[in-house]
Amino acid sequence: MSELKDLGLKDQIFMRAYKWRRIDPVPWTPLQKPLAESRLGIVSSAGLSVPGQEPFNTKAKGGDPTFREIPTGIDTAELLENHRSQSWDHRGVERDKNLAFPIQRARELVESGRIGSLSERHVSVMGSITAPGRFVRDHVPQIAEVFAQEEVDVALLVPV
Amino acid sequence: MSLIAAELEGQGISTVTLQLLKMVAEKVRPPRALFVPFAHGFPLAAPDDPLLQHRVIEAALRLLEDDSLQPPALVDYHPE
Repeated sequence: MSELKDLGLKDQIFMRAYKWRRIDPVPWTPLQKPLAESRLGIVSSAGLSVPGQEPFNTKAKGGDPTFREIPTGIDTAELLENHRSQSWDHRGVERDKNLAFPIQRARELVESGRIGSLSERHVSVMGSITAPGRFVRDHVPQIAEVFAQEEVDVALLVPV
Repeated sequence: MSLIAAELEGQGISTVTLQLLKMVAEKVRPPRALFVPFAHGFPLAAPDDPLLQHRVIEAALRLLEDDSLQPPALVDYHPE
């Protein structure tokens, strides 16, 4: 896995000094039914958007806390990536969006019967939210609401 | 991502979060995390490699099915 030393010095210092929010207690939902009967939703933090949507604001102080809904039928070649961080190599995701938003893999899992179905809407955020107050208060519950409306049973969260 | 996972889990959705930086997961504690040994920007290993991407996803899905896990479940991915 990546280690702190793999990051630039500035990022290493930030990561060590940053006051991470500790989740406590940790909520837990055991799988409610077999995956073959479950509906999957994907969350990617790669800062993806669909043409016509407002791209993420790369200049927002503390990070852009908003999210974008990605329709399940999207052609991955159409997805736009404008994540602001230069701490990660963007070339892989630019080449194949499935690397951070594996929608084609998810479709294949439905075809093979491993997963029951896919949410009609998935979600992308732009990571690097250093001031997550608004994100946690306003946007995270909205993301949960999207998945509740879609009757999502299981979620796969993919960072970059 | 961990904060989203916690909210979803609290709302009755089972989650599995891929993690690239172990230190962050240990501090933040998402409910269910799979540590993957890949560089930032490559959470599913490699672009244009569906087989490899499926292996990582399958490992993540197995965490959802593992009823012996307790929160926070922070598990290393072992490539086959």
